[in-house]
Amino acid sequence: MSAHLLRRISRNPRALSRIPQRWSSSISQRPGSDRVRFPGAVNSKFTTDMTFINPSETTNIPTYRVMDSDGVLLDKNRKPSGVSNEEILTWYKNMLTVSVMDVIMFEAQRQGRLSFYMVSAGEEGISVGSAAALTPDDVVFAQYRETGVFQQRGFTLKDFMSQLFANCHDNGRGRNMPVHYGSNYPRMHTISSPLATQIPQASGAAYALKLESLQNPDTPPRIVACYFGEGAASEGDFHAGLNIAATRSCPVVFICRNNGYAISTPTLEQYRGDGIASRGVGYGIDTIRVDGNDIFAVYEAMREARRIALSGGGKPVLIEAMSYRVSHHSTSDDSFAYRARVEVEDWKRRDNPIIRLRKWLENEGLWDEDTERTTREQLRKEVLKEFGEAEREKKPPLREAFEGVYEELTEEAQEQMKELKRILETYPEEYDLRQFKDGINGL
Amino acid sequence: MASLRLPRLIRPSGRRLYSGAASPSSRLNLPIDYKTTPLLHHTSSTLSESLELPGSTTSKSMNLYQAINSALRTALAKSEKVMLFGEDVAFGGVFRCSMDLQTEFGSERVFNTPLTEQGIVGFAIGAAAQGMKPVAEIQFADYVFPAFDQIVNEAAKFRYREGATGVHAGGMVVRMPCGAVGHGALYHSQSPEALFAHVPGVQVVVPRSPSQAKGLLLASIFEHNNPVIFMEPKCLYRAAVEHVPNEYYTIPLSKAEILKPGNDVTLISYGQPLYLCSAAIAAAEKALGVSVELIDLRTIYPWDRQTVLDSVKKTGRAIVVHESMVNYGVGAEVAATIQDQAFLRLEAPVKRVAGWSTHTGLQYEKFILPDVARIYDAIKQTIEY
Repeated sequence: MSAHLLRRISRNPRALSRIPQRWSSSISQRPGSDRVRFPGAVNSKFTTDMTFINPSETTNIPTYRVMDSDGVLLDKNRKPSGVSNEEILTWYKNMLTVSVMDVIMFEAQRQGRLSFYMVSAGEEGISVGSAAALTPDDVVFAQYRETGVFQQRGFTLKDFMSQLFANCHDNGRGRNMPVHYGSNYPRMHTISSPLATQIPQASGAAYALKLESLQNPDTPPRIVACYFGEGAASEGDFHAGLNIAATRSCPVVFICRNNGYAISTPTLEQYRGDGIASRGVGYGIDTIRVDGNDIFAVYEAMREARRIALSGGGKPVLIEAMSYRVSHHSTSDDSFAYRARVEVEDWKRRDNPIIRLRKWLENEGLWDEDTERTTREQLRKEVLKEFGEAEREKKPPLREAFEGVYEELTEEAQEQMKELKRILETYPEEYDLRQFKDGINGL
Repeated sequence: MASLRLPRLIRPSGRRLYSGAASPSSRLNLPIDYKTTPLLHHTSSTLSESLELPGSTTSKSMNLYQAINSALRTALAKSEKVMLFGEDVAFGGVFRCSMDLQTEFGSERVFNTPLTEQGIVGFAIGAAAQGMKPVAEIQFADYVFPAFDQIVNEAAKFRYREGATGVHAGGMVVRMPCGAVGHGALYHSQSPEALFAHVPGVQVVVPRSPSQAKGLLLASIFEHNNPVIFMEPKCLYRAAVEHVPNEYYTIPLSKAEILKPGNDVTLISYGQPLYLCSAAIAAAEKALGVSVELIDLRTIYPWDRQTVLDSVKKTGRAIVVHESMVNYGVGAEVAATIQDQAFLRLEAPVKRVAGWSTHTGLQYEKFILPDVARIYDAIKQTIEY
């Protein structure tokens, strides 16, 4: 079929006239060359050795770390460069805040006080450490287990609680499930549940930033940071997003949180290559694997990735941050149905980004048992205070159910709002509007 | 899918030599003569009044792909935020819609993407969320389905879920050639507008002519902050030729157009089948002595219900015509709305003339899609009910 069609093309003068343009950009084979000059692989050497590349025989990509699990720097002479002790203490407190909030909110969900929650246990180092290397002008696309990114970039406890309780102060206007946070500035796009959809979007946003700085050289250099798990990396959108970022030279840093599980699916059932990092190389993307429990390694890798992303007019970078999902996937999941409790307990005890940094801080004389206790207690109080206030707040007015679908309310939507109002007025005993701001008048 | 894609072989032309060929004895199913159809502005004189343009407007005769090209050129020149990308867009596009635009506006703003529809639409959403006005091209509407998730779950819901942050992906337009060409078979013929019309948050637009395409496309890019699915009937790319204003102008979205007033029955359609409707109306008015009102929906969703309802309340009869399958098609929504809002005025059931609920098998296209005979028959049956 296709050969026949090709003959038809070659007989078609209009198709022919287009072909020379193609030729002018391709490379012809030189006689006697030792390299293949096919346009699809211009620098490939000929070989008479018929060898299939066997991935199991290649060395796995190493994991970059700065300190060991006892919080001791591997290169004693080198402190994490360019960061003050005060800053590192903020990172620690931010990780602690996420961790304290996680415990309280998980419990609150168990009590039925909010509909859903997802903790970040074991991955606080990845989110806080990477976000610390961003500027407020950088743009973030996240998956959902990046609470630390929001915390590090100034999302307040009130912001978190308003979103979790979907009350009238929620940026999402009470429309999204809990932990689907979002903020205009620093821009962290509102999280959406479909996995990996944010990856090609991040490439497009990064391309927009690049165009913007080309068109207006006064704008500060900015990157997009895009987070996702190793499970999401199996989606077609991962492939699309990385490939398009590479071909369009987009200033975007992809950060994969490889925590060993996608809900119940272990990585052995997720992929057979060398993790996610090995794929970055295939797309022609600068790639590094880091120890995600080592906040210094994550920070340094992200800072350098940001620099690379802005170099040479823009280029994408992939960071694979290794960790272990200590917690259940979500409040709807009991992970002991598919993994041994002892494995989880072992990880909790053996290695953890918070304890690792705490050990470093204690070795430096910057932290001690008392400070730990009082800080935890203080954070607990603050979380509970905002929790209580957010829980008591009214829900957004009912019209928010219809607004925001389009820029303006359609005539159809206005009609449906009127109809809903009529129903609410006719059957007032069927609907409880007390929780909603302005009650029926909110429609 | 990619290996089977044969864009360069799909050459719509004025001469429909393939399955659209008429039977030797045809009186109704004759080839559409685009040179004489009353639906096109064959001279510039009728243009300014119908588009409400200033009298000083100059125009040029062009076909649909040239009008799209003119709209894209106008848009790229008007704003630095406009960018154009998709598969094979750089060399001019497989339907010539982006001819010379990369040369004029540079490879940073007009460029090829890798062959990935979900990537193209995701990329467009991200750029739009950052304030750009990306015009993404999907090479054929038949290949938009890999991007369905990005359109339905992401683009359409972006503004709603962002809420108070005020961020949205409203600057984006996704263009795609759609509809039958006589030999497109299963994957070069589809019209998936009804699938998108079920999705709140996107606007779905189908132009019928060069001048309309330019005005609607410019409005989609500049005058509406909502993601727009812009479907271009590819069999009109070369066939439909008319005068198109040279300058910037827009045609409002979500506004239908009464193409021909009438009193006895309302015919509602959009895109290429309007030409079939026009031919059927001419035959029916002559043979049956009826007066038919023809409405071009232009925007499939959110659609102009008022114009349609006003017309049906006047005529008491309605027929909806579209190429895509009848089951759950646009006609179902239009007919249900008419039934709901004009029940007491109806003197006959609302008829739907649409593609049969099958796939567009190569040899069967002319039996599957609506033609002049079927539309004529629908008018006759509706009048005689």
